[in-house]
Amino acid sequence: MNKFYTILKYSFITLWTVFIVAPFLWAVSTSFKDFQSVNSKVTYIPWLDFEPTLEGWKVLIKSPARGGVDIVEPYFNSIFVTCTASLISIVLGTLAAYALSRFTFKAGFVRNNDITFFFISQRIMPPIVLSIPFFIFLSTIGLLDSLVGLVVVYIVLLMPIAVWIMVDFFNRVPKELDETALIDGCNPYQAFYKVVLPNSIPGLIVAGMFCIIFGWIDFFFAFILTFTEVQLLPVKVVALNSSITPWWSLSASALVSVAPLIIVAFVVERYLSKGNLSGALK
Amino acid sequence: MNLIGENISYKPDNEYHLNNISFNFKKGNLYTILGRTLSGKTTLLKTIAGLINPNSGSMHFEDKNFSEIPVWERNVAMVYQQFINYPHMNVYENIVFPLKQRKVSDEQIKKDVNEALNTVGLVGFENRKIQELSGGQQQRVALARSLAKKAKILLLDEPLVNLDYKLREQLREEFKRIFSEGFSQETILIYSTTDPQEVMELNGEVIVLDEGKILQNGPAKEIFENPLNLKVAEISNDPPMNILKGSKVSTKINLDNISIGLPSHLNNLADEAYNFGIRASEVKLDENGEEFEIELAEISGSETLLHLKKGNTKIIALIEEVMNFKIHEKIKINFNNNKFYAFDLNGNLVSSPYGAING
Repeated sequence: MNKFYTILKYSFITLWTVFIVAPFLWAVSTSFKDFQSVNSKVTYIPWLDFEPTLEGWKVLIKSPARGGVDIVEPYFNSIFVTCTASLISIVLGTLAAYALSRFTFKAGFVRNNDITFFFISQRIMPPIVLSIPFFIFLSTIGLLDSLVGLVVVYIVLLMPIAVWIMVDFFNRVPKELDETALIDGCNPYQAFYKVVLPNSIPGLIVAGMFCIIFGWIDFFFAFILTFTEVQLLPVKVVALNSSITPWWSLSASALVSVAPLIIVAFVVERYLSKGNLSGALK
Repeated sequence: MNLIGENISYKPDNEYHLNNISFNFKKGNLYTILGRTLSGKTTLLKTIAGLINPNSGSMHFEDKNFSEIPVWERNVAMVYQQFINYPHMNVYENIVFPLKQRKVSDEQIKKDVNEALNTVGLVGFENRKIQELSGGQQQRVALARSLAKKAKILLLDEPLVNLDYKLREQLREEFKRIFSEGFSQETILIYSTTDPQEVMELNGEVIVLDEGKILQNGPAKEIFENPLNLKVAEISNDPPMNILKGSKVSTKINLDNISIGLPSHLNNLADEAYNFGIRASEVKLDENGEEFEIELAEISGSETLLHLKKGNTKIIALIEEVMNFKIHEKIKINFNNNKFYAFDLNGNLVSSPYGAING
């Protein structure tokens, strides 16, 4: 009976892995095909089924003047905007979350939970509702179609995630830990960065990962708020579409876009299992 | 030079957590705060530490107004009932942390930490992670951190309550040893607990706290012998003292359906109704005694606790050996008459077997 379950378990895992990995393999294979290999018949294996070519990849770095699309600049734009916005969101969000978790705020009927909800409520509205205010706001302060403008908008989008995750995290760190730090001679700021922060690394990593993912994959605001000066990767990838769908370069750009997230996931995974709060705190 | 608190009250919402508390703690002494859960013990300790700002009242220490000094400059140490250590540091770093905060010299740090590790018996554990330690060891680390600081006020908030029975016994013994030998005359030690036995064993000055008020203070022996009222008698005895309604009629005590000969120390009482108190340990098995029915019998350690009933009278008896009883079995017991307390109907002590107190 036990053996049966083991077999069942592994077959399920195998099936699921194939389900997840197959599209990637498909994309990898497609990115090396040319028009002929994609459109004539179904082909899978390079050299056997079709003759691999680097054309799909070359298009991504060629300048438009030479018939390419050049995603290099948008790529680094995207990295810059995502990282900057995530970093600022995490720093501000963590401070806000710590305050919301440890101090009691009262303003009329507003309490801590209401403030936390206020942060999250930014994400409840459909993005389309926010797009017009953002557009008017950025054009008024002259930041439309600029990296800085995008960073500002992305902070608005990402900070609620950071606040939400970190409030929940800090609420689970016992208050007595901060108190002990105070008693042991730390002022409140020292207690925060010498004791609370080092014990919050798992939370910071989770929050950071969500920020990076949500920042990286955003297409809508990048599309609405930029025109010609600045372009982000998701917009550029979509712009690859022309009268003939270039499946090969689309596949290549898709692989290039997910690469940073995969790298981040691998790096982060190690820290997630390492930072462990259990045992030391009841 | 003492720690003096005057009329301290703390009322964060509708209820008093501390209600007009005054105290005078002297250096070199051990004070135990006895009270049930939610009686305000932790609040009092946190107020002394400076983590809570009371609504009214004042606190002075070494001729300084303590309420103007922030927590991190007060030089107090506190051990919580939860085992609170810094999880991102190992044992050694944990103990060093407060010393580094206070910029103690490296040489002094080494000496103090080793001394503290020795005292709590954790030598050789310096490089262990906190997560790898058992509950008892974690609490020892917390204690070592407090000891190494050489704080002038050491607060221990129910430090044993989250440990299992055996560890608690063991650590309690060690506490007694540490408190009796390793303490400088410069330190005020304040220990809070719900356990009357701990209070008696530590044998310090006791403060009985209930609903944020001090009910009685004095040496442990005094609290045990002369609990000022029923509340104190209840809090300072485990199992709680049996309280029986009855009246004194010439040479007899008439309880609900039992009559007992009058012990000599109650001779001077007026003939009226009282609440009589007798400890569970003063109820003995006796072939010639009153017949009671067993409602519940529990064995704890080397003792047997009997919950007994006769008519409306319910009492608890503590038998100092392990015996097996059946529920609903009838047994005969007798009271040690000489150990009867008399409280008036308002609950105040009128007469005690250890010397009468009037009023």
